[in-house]
Amino acid sequence: MESRVSKGKGDIELAGVAKSYDERTYAVDGINLKIPDGAYCCLLGPSGCGKSTILRMIAGHEDPTVGEILIGGEDVVGLDPVARRTAMMFQSYALFPHLSVRDNVAFSLRVKGMSKAERDRRTEEMMEKVQILEFADRIPSQLSGGQQQRVALARAAITEPRVLLLDEPLSALDEHLRLKMRAELSRMQRALGITFIHVTHTQLEAIALADMVVVMDKGVIRQAGSAREIYAAPKDRYVAEFIGGQNVISGRVRGLGASGARLEGSAFPSVDIPIHAGRRLEDGQSIDIAIRRDEINLLRPGQAGLPGGTTGVEGAIVGVEYQGNFVKVLMNAAGEDEFVAYVPERRFFEDDFHVGDRVFAAWQVEHAHLLV
Amino acid sequence: MKLSRNAIGWLNTIPLLAVLIPFFVVPILVVLMASFMQTDGFGGMFMDFTLSNYAGIFTSSLTYSLYYETIKFAVLTLIFSSVIGFWVAYFLVFHVRNPLIAMGLFLVCTVPFWTSNIIRMISWIPLLGKEGLINRALLELGLINHPLEFLLYSSFAVVVAYVHQLTIFMIVPIFNSMARIDKRIIEAALDAGASRLDIMRLIILPMSKSGIALGAIFVVSIVMGDFFVVKVMSGGGSASVVGAFYEDVGVLQYPNAAASAVVLTVLVMLMVALILRIVNIRREIAR
Repeated sequence: MESRVSKGKGDIELAGVAKSYDERTYAVDGINLKIPDGAYCCLLGPSGCGKSTILRMIAGHEDPTVGEILIGGEDVVGLDPVARRTAMMFQSYALFPHLSVRDNVAFSLRVKGMSKAERDRRTEEMMEKVQILEFADRIPSQLSGGQQQRVALARAAITEPRVLLLDEPLSALDEHLRLKMRAELSRMQRALGITFIHVTHTQLEAIALADMVVVMDKGVIRQAGSAREIYAAPKDRYVAEFIGGQNVISGRVRGLGASGARLEGSAFPSVDIPIHAGRRLEDGQSIDIAIRRDEINLLRPGQAGLPGGTTGVEGAIVGVEYQGNFVKVLMNAAGEDEFVAYVPERRFFEDDFHVGDRVFAAWQVEHAHLLV
Repeated sequence: MKLSRNAIGWLNTIPLLAVLIPFFVVPILVVLMASFMQTDGFGGMFMDFTLSNYAGIFTSSLTYSLYYETIKFAVLTLIFSSVIGFWVAYFLVFHVRNPLIAMGLFLVCTVPFWTSNIIRMISWIPLLGKEGLINRALLELGLINHPLEFLLYSSFAVVVAYVHQLTIFMIVPIFNSMARIDKRIIEAALDAGASRLDIMRLIILPMSKSGIALGAIFVVSIVMGDFFVVKVMSGGGSASVVGAFYEDVGVLQYPNAAASAVVLTVLVMLMVALILRIVNIRREIAR
């Protein structure tokens, strides 16, 4: 048994991994992904997108229908979780309800047949590391959500995994605790120095924690990259809208020139778009562009002259939400259900808009980001 | 009129009290009273406080052998029905993937109860009898030379009949407590490297304790309070506690029978208390 346990590092590669439960539809449909050793990777997507299935396949609780899963360069399909040296932290933690915190943490050492003295020492050490020593003799139902999470973390980490898999680890917590435990997860990952794969449907969680964000939809990866890349340069409308913070508008490319082009929409006359060397555009091609909500400047229509290098669309304000440090202005513009500007609070109140006002939403041409 | 919280609480318990007092408390009190009375030997009783009924019970060696016999049946039945009940419930909860099939199989477990207790017992006779199916089969196969006598009208037959009758009372509560085990807990144990046996020993068994205890209460109290199965299946070869005081009633010795009944009730209560002592059901359920 011991000899079969892999010694390699915690880098993960999924090659052509697919999973089908009924041989007709695929919950995971051909995933290729490389996660470097020691990375904090978030799998992000709506429920039912296959992210949990991927996690369970990496953990060894499910086998892929086709494809290879390599951890530390070695195919682990068919190996059990211990041999893979992965550990999973389950959604709502799945602590053993009849065992004390100490026995929960020590469970894997106990089934491994470790001597009691050694087991107690290691358990004590781990409990100290995650600061649960003071509740060592309580049972899980006597703990708060945050304490339960730490116990779950300790129970997973004591197996000395090279990969820790976290299935929606923060979803069982209330808002305040979630932010606190989020920071704690990040700290633990740095302390342990192992690969974390964290499944979530919350964009903010992914962006705040991850070195690498993988955006998924219906069993396929839509985009994988650093949090900044995903946020600032989404690949397509799906990613831009799922991550949020962006307005996406659609149209056809017109007047392609050396320095720029125009985008003509059905619900707006036209806006200027930038062109890049890396991106070939054709006249008449239909594309989407994304403009960050915090880079939109609201002007009164008919105001003298648009500043140089800016473009924009006109619309009507349908809602104003005060958010404290900024104001969220919802508009009906460019034929989109939701066209939003985040205006810094101070600037907004210099000349505030009201629901029903006509408004011109302007942005720097080069700030628009071309999507597929 | 505004009732205090306390008064409302009492009002809420009235329906329960209306059932419990006339049908449980009063009869028990009547029996308790009768156990201290004397009889004229012809069914008449007169109130003349005496402990002679109890003295008779505790000084008779028959009492002890009857209790030994009955407790032996209770313990054997408890062991077999809990082992069988545990495995059946385990199979239904953890091996049958389709919940519809699991429910169907669960209902199959109750099929024997669609017919009366007597018919179920009688149906053992053609199976276990001297000329019964099992003896005939063993004879034909040449495994035995003459029919096995212990199969019917024996302690063996009594235990078989009890287990047949009472295993369902084990299956139901164990099934219930197992069904409440989150499947992710099993997965978490697998993830920690537990083998099937570890999971059974360290997770499922301790988490099914409340079910086993509830089942044990049913089994013990039913076996302790039964005389009919012993009478029929042992063919008169074994006696039972209740059987003995049923005979007291037959010969109009009501105070004696009442005293025996009180002793038995106290003993069963102690057994139930012992079971509850071993497994703290309230705490198990609160988890």
